[in-house]
Amino acid sequence: MAVDWQAYRNQDFYDELVDSRGRIRAPARELMTYLDSLSTEEIRERQRAADLAILEMGITFTVYSEGENIDRSWPYDIIPRIIDAATWNEVDAGLRQRVKALNLFIADIYGEQAVIGDGVFPRALLDNSANFRPECVGIKPPQGVWAHICGSDLIRDHQGRFMVLEDNLRVPSGVSYMMENRVLTKRVFGELFENTSIQPVGNYPTRLFDMLAALSPRPMDYPEVVVLTPGIYNSAYFEHSFLAQHMGAELVEGKDLVVGGDDCVYMRTIDGPRRVDVIYRRIDDLFLDPEVFRKDSVLGVPGLMRAWSKGNVGLANAPGAGVADDKVVYAFVPDFIRYYLGEEPILPNVPTYRCYLDDERDYVLEHLDELVVKPANESGGYGMLIGPSATKKDRNAFARLIRKDPRNYIGQPLVRLSTVPTVTDGQVEPRHVDLRPFILQGDDMYVTPGGLTRVALRRGSTVVNSSQGGGSKDTWIVDDSRKDTS
Amino acid sequence: MLSRVAERVYWMGRYLERAESTARLVSAYSNEAMDLPRSRSPSWYSLADITGASDAFAGHYKNYDERNVIKFLLADTFNPGSILTSVRAARENARTTRELLPAEAWENMNRLYLYVSEYVQKSLARRHRFDFLHTVIFRCQQLSGLLDGTMSHDSAYDFVRLGQSLERADMTTRIVDSAVAILLPQQDESGEYDNVLWVNVLRSLSALQMYRQHVHPRVVGHDAVRFLLQDHYFPRSVAYNIAVAESCVKALPRSDAPLLRVGRLQRRINEAQPREMRMEDLHAYIDTLQGGIGAIHEQAAEVWFRIQPETAVSAD
Repeated sequence: MAVDWQAYRNQDFYDELVDSRGRIRAPARELMTYLDSLSTEEIRERQRAADLAILEMGITFTVYSEGENIDRSWPYDIIPRIIDAATWNEVDAGLRQRVKALNLFIADIYGEQAVIGDGVFPRALLDNSANFRPECVGIKPPQGVWAHICGSDLIRDHQGRFMVLEDNLRVPSGVSYMMENRVLTKRVFGELFENTSIQPVGNYPTRLFDMLAALSPRPMDYPEVVVLTPGIYNSAYFEHSFLAQHMGAELVEGKDLVVGGDDCVYMRTIDGPRRVDVIYRRIDDLFLDPEVFRKDSVLGVPGLMRAWSKGNVGLANAPGAGVADDKVVYAFVPDFIRYYLGEEPILPNVPTYRCYLDDERDYVLEHLDELVVKPANESGGYGMLIGPSATKKDRNAFARLIRKDPRNYIGQPLVRLSTVPTVTDGQVEPRHVDLRPFILQGDDMYVTPGGLTRVALRRGSTVVNSSQGGGSKDTWIVDDSRKDTS
Repeated sequence: MLSRVAERVYWMGRYLERAESTARLVSAYSNEAMDLPRSRSPSWYSLADITGASDAFAGHYKNYDERNVIKFLLADTFNPGSILTSVRAARENARTTRELLPAEAWENMNRLYLYVSEYVQKSLARRHRFDFLHTVIFRCQQLSGLLDGTMSHDSAYDFVRLGQSLERADMTTRIVDSAVAILLPQQDESGEYDNVLWVNVLRSLSALQMYRQHVHPRVVGHDAVRFLLQDHYFPRSVAYNIAVAESCVKALPRSDAPLLRVGRLQRRINEAQPREMRMEDLHAYIDTLQGGIGAIHEQAAEVWFRIQPETAVSAD
């Protein structure tokens, strides 16, 4: 399909595969030459083949709609997003630095709170933080790590600079789709993998298992690691099952587990009870243990916090890690990097106005028509205001919300998200993307090469969430240094 | 292996088998119905009754005509034994235990479900019915084969097989019983129709050819019953399936109590003399067998599926 890249190019956004003069960027040339050799019908055919594979492989996510849970096919666009290895290496370093600082902050908050004593972080913010767990104060998890698995959302601005939009430290999801997208691309564009050196992503479950196994209270080669899911109706159930399967771990629900009189955790098996060493929990803090948190939780395990605080079971992520997963705390991360590591941040934040501060709140209220306003503790793109496209009525409603609960809101300039060519009914058009890499921290660190690229499928839209009409792409980290010299 | 997971793969096996058995049953019955002379209308009622769901049927339909019964057995979601419900339940159980099943098997299960939900309505017409049923049977067999050939023959597989064998044994007793129920009121005037009926029964279990090879070419009622209940080599006979269930149970931990039940049922199967039984004896005897199958199920659930927190806490 001969795409007219001169017509495609645009000046307003950074396109990751095509530069502003309509030339294909170096790492994408192999792909684009190949795409050009296909007819429009062939492109459609490949997309159809991919959609069929998704249906047959049962790659789904669950949405709650009109009173029932529906399994939807995972939306996938066949054109991969390509990032050159040199650019990626810098992002990789920035993510490691960031997660290291975040973990030091969480450990500090549940320990000495030096960061507050030294005046870097205001105590008031902690006191009304929705994800601070006083029950965790004084607990020392293995290796001093609280957020073992982090999914940070990155965007690229109109100049192509990577920025961090948010850090997900509670139960970030998406990594299974990252891996399935690669499987799909191999099916669709198998030929391309011969000549391009694309960094593999399939190693994640092994690294995840190693990290989790290291949290075991009983030193052994294969400790009993389980994935704790809220169950089949959770939107990320596919992923819970996927990760359990790829790690060779049991996928358990709360009712499969029981805490014994010895304060150890057991699972109910056909052989009788069996000791559990490490739990990769995919349920929120508040549902983990009805003895400590929500009394009405049927998803959790009574006594689990007792077992964990005595060191009889490893929990990832540690309860309370979400204290740093707060869009107001986010604004302080560059300060944390300087404070804990004595380094300058490699990856910048998106500039953030914190509404609990009088002058920053005033700025937000005066510039509602330019800013994006987000609540501190929502995810999935819910409850936010996109100023430039909102109605006056919506903006006024948000102004009232902000005045009522300033601690709960931040404002950010609307970043002009980068684009990647995307198939839309046989045509190729630019669509906005973000990127969620996953970072593991245990006794060592691991960053996925690339991550999950989410794409807003509607023209001009920047909403990438799959629950709201977003799609996804495979993400290639390509080493093209060899190609340039040849 | 988690108790909850064991229970789910067991039910996956049962539902998969139920879908296939129902497809076989409807296929054979529809075929025979077309052979019958116009004067003799087939009893669609007995077809609905065989599956043990006649109450559900009566709750929704007045007439036991072909259209209603076929819809009931193939497509109705209020019938727990319809092909659509069975396939959906099998898939749901597979979906919640996906991490245990070979990826290929899951993909095939999913494909089976997509096929059935897409075509089941269309299949109600005679013209499309046989293609549909044939495909369902073939895909169920394919899935069983995939599990056999690609899944480790570990506890999970034992539970799948246990579910399949108990379901299959149960279905065979039901089909035999359906013939008994028809012959019961008229047992002294054995006519030409008896023979047609038993051919019909054997065919619905894909047993006609094997019966002719291993018993004798002529189809005789009590020999057909003996073959379907007691033969040790035919894979849809009750005796064969209880032997399979026994081998599964033996391989599982803490199996003493379920094995006792299996042994008791096997004695009941072996001791019977169908040649010397009157139709009402046979009917009562089949009830005993169904009770025995149910008892194995109950005992399995007790030992492996319902582990109480108290037992979990006390032991290690």
